Amino acid sequence: MPETITLTLQVNGARRTVDTHPMARLLDVLRDGLRLTGTKEGCGEGECGACSVLLNGRVVNSCLVPALQAQDGVVVTVEGLAEGEALSPIQDAFLVHNAAQCGFCTPGMLIAADDLLRRCPNPDKEQVQAGLAGNLCRCTGYSKIVDAVRSVARQGEVR
Amino acid sequence: MEVHVIGASTIRKEGRGKVMGSAAYADDVDLPGCLLGMTVRSRCARGVLKGITFLEGVPWDEITVVTAADIPGKNFVAGHVDDQPFLVPVGGAIAHAEQPVLLLAHADRAVAEKARRLVRLDVEELPPLLDIEEALACVRVIHGERNVLKEIRIAKGDPEPVFAAAAHVVEGVYRTGAQEQLYLEPNVMIGTVEHGPAGLEVTVSGSLQCPYYVHDAMKQLFGIPGERVRVVALEMGGAFGGKEDYPSVIAGHAALLALKSGRPVKIAYDREEDMAATTKRHPSRTRIRSAFDAQGRLLALDIDFALDGGAFTTLSPVVLSRGALHAAGVYRCPDVRILARAVATNTPPCGAFRGFGAPQSLFAIERHMDVCARRMGMDPVELRRLNVLRQGDTMATGQVMREDPGLEGLMDRAMAAIDYRALQKAYAVRNAWDDPVKRGVGLSVFMHGCGFTGSGEATMASVAGVEGRPDGTVAVLAASTEMGQGKNTVFCQIVAETLGLPVDMVDMAEVDTKYVPNSGPTVASRSTMVVGRILEDAARGLRLALVQGGFLAEPYDPEAFREAMRAAHLKLGSLKTYGQYRANPGFAWDDKTYRGDAYPNFSWACYAAAVAVDLVTFEVKVEDFATVQEVGRVVNPTLAAGQIQGGVAQGIGWGLWEEVTFREGRMANNQLTNYIIPTAADLPHIRVEFLEGGSPFGPGGAKGIGELPMDGPAPALLNALRDALGDLRLDEVPMTPERILNRLEEARHA
Repeated sequence: MPETITLTLQVNGARRTVDTHPMARLLDVLRDGLRLTGTKEGCGEGECGACSVLLNGRVVNSCLVPALQAQDGVVVTVEGLAEGEALSPIQDAFLVHNAAQCGFCTPGMLIAADDLLRRCPNPDKEQVQAGLAGNLCRCTGYSKIVDAVRSVARQGEVR
Repeated sequence: MEVHVIGASTIRKEGRGKVMGSAAYADDVDLPGCLLGMTVRSRCARGVLKGITFLEGVPWDEITVVTAADIPGKNFVAGHVDDQPFLVPVGGAIAHAEQPVLLLAHADRAVAEKARRLVRLDVEELPPLLDIEEALACVRVIHGERNVLKEIRIAKGDPEPVFAAAAHVVEGVYRTGAQEQLYLEPNVMIGTVEHGPAGLEVTVSGSLQCPYYVHDAMKQLFGIPGERVRVVALEMGGAFGGKEDYPSVIAGHAALLALKSGRPVKIAYDREEDMAATTKRHPSRTRIRSAFDAQGRLLALDIDFALDGGAFTTLSPVVLSRGALHAAGVYRCPDVRILARAVATNTPPCGAFRGFGAPQSLFAIERHMDVCARRMGMDPVELRRLNVLRQGDTMATGQVMREDPGLEGLMDRAMAAIDYRALQKAYAVRNAWDDPVKRGVGLSVFMHGCGFTGSGEATMASVAGVEGRPDGTVAVLAASTEMGQGKNTVFCQIVAETLGLPVDMVDMAEVDTKYVPNSGPTVASRSTMVVGRILEDAARGLRLALVQGGFLAEPYDPEAFREAMRAAHLKLGSLKTYGQYRANPGFAWDDKTYRGDAYPNFSWACYAAAVAVDLVTFEVKVEDFATVQEVGRVVNPTLAAGQIQGGVAQGIGWGLWEEVTFREGRMANNQLTNYIIPTAADLPHIRVEFLEGGSPFGPGGAKGIGELPMDGPAPALLNALRDALGDLRLDEVPMTPERILNRLEEARHA
């Protein structure tokens, strides 16, 4: 096995090249290799969703994805949601609704919520609950998270 | 200009960094040259450490190794009792299977991991003591003479003769399991040690609730004075009590490795290690004997409350105290006897978890009241109405209800919120149908004492302050930490309100023991009520200093205040004012007799749950959950509602799903795949109503809310299950599908 491998991928719109351990996970590449520490490790076994990112348009637990699989891939992390200092609608809704308490699940939750709203622009309560069931939160009881997601959906309706 | 900041849903101060992913938690800090620390654990519940062997397979000369022999000061984690070593010395006793024995550090995680597997411990094993019943029966003695870490007795009148004459006597035994806090961010601690002019200087930073607990621990471990210890609390990904005392252990380990290696050392637990090794909610067993008259009036209570403290004392004495003080619930009772004991077992020490002993004893009494009502042929709601505390009544410690807690009003509101009577009626009809889904509704009425118990606050005499900065903003100086509960925001609101300033002129200073005073630990639902009140005083002091110094004329606007701070800075150099805890006048507590005012205040609540049980799978669905609470003035309604909803979710988890399985004294299901916490799909939208009674004690009339929501869900859910399923032995949480099945089988064969 080689000492390191070189990965080229597009992260949050920018082309990045990084040397990493052949057994590294996508999570390690993001956090250690690219210093994008917004993506969190909560369990390391794909249960909590804190490490959720978009890979080639799909939500993945980046702790379960071998870095090699992300070769030439397109990745979006929480750092890629805002336009500069301007929060995205879902980020703004999380802030206003107090959907981020300790904030540790928030990056993954935002990625999952953003993806849900893309696939299903006007989800009802059950669709939001099901859409976020892969992301654990221990602070909010999810009520404010569901409120935040639905508030963005309702704005979509008005538009 | 009139500014009203208290009562507004100010947006979370640190929220923007959290939604942008830029908030820096301990594991996000870039530390060039740092080593990664690992812990070798005992892996044997009870025994004697005979020796340590290092097997070949890693370059041991590159690896920093720390044993108990490397400890410069005292090898005990500072606490109520010094009985927990940082590391087991060779020749020393092993008291539980996750006890740290040896520490390793290397720059490469893979090397450190491999090295951990190459350490062999030579242990002479002894038979362990593993649960409450074994400990109380003294099957073996592992602590003192009777395995009792702490015993508390509370007595009011004499219940014994009452039982002989009572119309009804009802007895019950209730059990609750351990619960993992499961903060989403596992423990992380960073240690650095420098050799300063006066000797060792220790700095630790990380995810921790109580900076000055860690500060005390480092002083004792290194045998150095406080001015050479610095503790910094970084952004914290949840805690719930789980980062109250254990961070002292990890901080000590990181600092010991830093001392030995001469480099910064980070110890980051992975989820499995965090779940297995760190503290949990204490398992409990409560026996209740109660006497009622023919009308259902509660005459006497005899309560035997026992907690499993685990291998060392840690926080068990105070967890036990709070449990004992909540054991008689919200009921008027003339004769009460409470015996409370925390016992030692060979399991990892239990610790703080939201509620701190109260959820255990309140589960017992609130489930018991339902059992009693049904035994006496009464409606559980009516039995409660007849017996709840009212103004002038006394609690078990003799504490007089100076104001009416309004419990019947809380019950009315909660029942209205969930449409209790209509559900009950509809379910009674539908449950008779041939449908495998049975539904029920139930409630619980309870309280939570705010702040430290008894004389705790007076003993601590917490200090907090405010600083007028040269840029015209105000900084809050307090060691209280933000763990998601909203302290940053609420403290700024309290200071802004007191100074008549907009909240964006006030910020939190970094929680660093070098700069902020000891405002006490961030626990016990005390921050808003106790520290908030001290901050109110400190802020008044700042205003007074500016006015009396001739810098500010009242009335003023924010710009004038800004200017005044700038001018004062130029002249005085620094502008800080402090406040200190003041006891509530007229309140008295005796620690020896457990008589008097146990808490300066209580928050009160009634929670109602509607559940559906599928008799094919025995799964329980919580279909609706209503909370109504009286918590004094609500400083920030949105943040407060979040606290309630989050606490209820943890309470539902504890009541129905979260089971810690121990095997030979070790947690066997220390993974998120088999320790089940609620997901978004498992919970209803949790309804929250606040009734705002005034509190003369807290800032602007606020009381504590952090722990209250943990107390009510489990009994409300099990009372609802009783309504759905009929007469079953619903005496234990978590009431998992397996337990429901077993109890249904048991009822069928009875």
